[in-house]
Amino acid sequence: MKTARIEAPPLRHCAALGSVDRFLFDRAVQVRVADLAQGTSLGGRLADLAGRSVLIATSSQLTSALALIELDGVARRLIVLPPDVDRAHLGALIADAEIDVVVVDEAAQRANYDVPLCVACSPSIGPLARHVPAAVRTEWILLTSGTTGVPKMVVHSLTGLAAAIAPRTDDDVMVWGTFYDIRRYGGLQIFLRAVLGGASLILSSAGEPVADHLARLAQHGVTHLSGTPSHWRRALMSPEIGRISPRYVRLSGEIADQAILDHLRAAFPQASIGHAYASTEAGVGFAVDDGRAGFPAFYLDGAHNGVEMKIVDGSLRLRSSGAASGYVAHRAALRGDDGFVDSGDMVERRGDRFYFVGRRGGIINIGGLKVHPEEVEAVINRHPQVRMSLVRPKRSPFTGAIAIADVVLKSACPRVEDEAGVKDEILALCRNALPRHKVPAAISIVPALAVAATGKLARRA
Amino acid sequence: MSIKLTIMEQMAQVAREQGKTLAPLRDDLALLDSGLDSLSIAVLVARLEDRLGTDPFTSGEDVHFPVTVGDFVKAYENGAH
Repeated sequence: MKTARIEAPPLRHCAALGSVDRFLFDRAVQVRVADLAQGTSLGGRLADLAGRSVLIATSSQLTSALALIELDGVARRLIVLPPDVDRAHLGALIADAEIDVVVVDEAAQRANYDVPLCVACSPSIGPLARHVPAAVRTEWILLTSGTTGVPKMVVHSLTGLAAAIAPRTDDDVMVWGTFYDIRRYGGLQIFLRAVLGGASLILSSAGEPVADHLARLAQHGVTHLSGTPSHWRRALMSPEIGRISPRYVRLSGEIADQAILDHLRAAFPQASIGHAYASTEAGVGFAVDDGRAGFPAFYLDGAHNGVEMKIVDGSLRLRSSGAASGYVAHRAALRGDDGFVDSGDMVERRGDRFYFVGRRGGIINIGGLKVHPEEVEAVINRHPQVRMSLVRPKRSPFTGAIAIADVVLKSACPRVEDEAGVKDEILALCRNALPRHKVPAAISIVPALAVAATGKLARRA
Repeated sequence: MSIKLTIMEQMAQVAREQGKTLAPLRDDLALLDSGLDSLSIAVLVARLEDRLGTDPFTSGEDVHFPVTVGDFVKAYENGAH
């Protein structure tokens, strides 16, 4: 059965939405979104970008956001460059995507690109001298966040990207904030929710301390806030967390375990707290808002919000209109013959729910027995003194590998004996909940864990 | 506490945790006859690294397989020099 796809309007048409003035904020500037309805951030060059294949390579998220709003429906193809992409891959990406224009926000960046045209984007909005009609269905290209090799370019349309975004049914003032960078799938979802929903959006700035970001979120009255579980664990470590009181708290991008959901419930007793599942390739899968980790088993029965899911060989597969249509210049098939995208996320059924246990590629093999780091972390994170944890493999001549846990405590132990006591308690917790090969062989208490630019815990490839 | 004593104590501890019965330990006892299986030995080595600050079995390029309890203890004692 085919259903008619409803085209999302070009984003510029959404600029005039909203009952009150709304803004895009970052640390340095704020831009009134309505000014874009009849204005431009591209200094009169918009017409030159019509029908072109455009790389948005600005240094700030805010200028990327402005360029996206202006160029949707105008450019043939938009590629948003996340800040952490290895510059060595730029040449290959530009050639494969047939980029003929690059949008930058600092003059010095022009030298990096050997393309026919470089256009500057600025947060000071000028008059739109000549109206450029939206004439094309723009391809939106997102990059995968794999740690090795040239990132894959994943092809979406605005309609597909917005497939999971329900129209608003209220006029309440909505102020979105996100710990994500909007130039990756998770953050882009929030950008679109804000722009299509007539809301303001508070963006993070490069290198901004968590405390400063939280202070700005409080200052602009954030009502909806999104990030990965790692982002949230880091935010919960900041005293500034007490200054914000969002109505809606959203987690995605990593497994939301029960401990982080409970911590957020305690921090924001009035908020609605939801964890969402999505991937750059498969699109948005679902959101869970009952406060529990995992998702109800009935989500696999039939389509829910237009998304069908099934589990094959332990991994979650999804089929929906929100999925990408393919890759640019890459032979790998994005979907299987049945139209389902294999997410590579492994799930396990317990009772009437499915739980995410880890990534297919992240399995640690201990003497032939398999362990997902994430399932062990979920147990460790239940300890009341644990803020976050990372389980990693270590080579062992006896079993091939063993699992080692690095643990961040909520507050440092004043004495070495206390630290040893906490380690013993964590091990006892693991021995109670896990088969013996999954219990970490050793635990290190560490001051912090690295979080990658994607907002996910940095795991070594 | 001597290195040997630390190792003996941790062997007993790991055996308890892993639900294994430890044989009476002698230097010439084969490690695999000690009652510890390979997972237990891997855990023991990780635990000893925490206590003694060294893992003599994976630190270098070559991997040394200790055959007896004596070899196992000696690997740590040699590393301490």
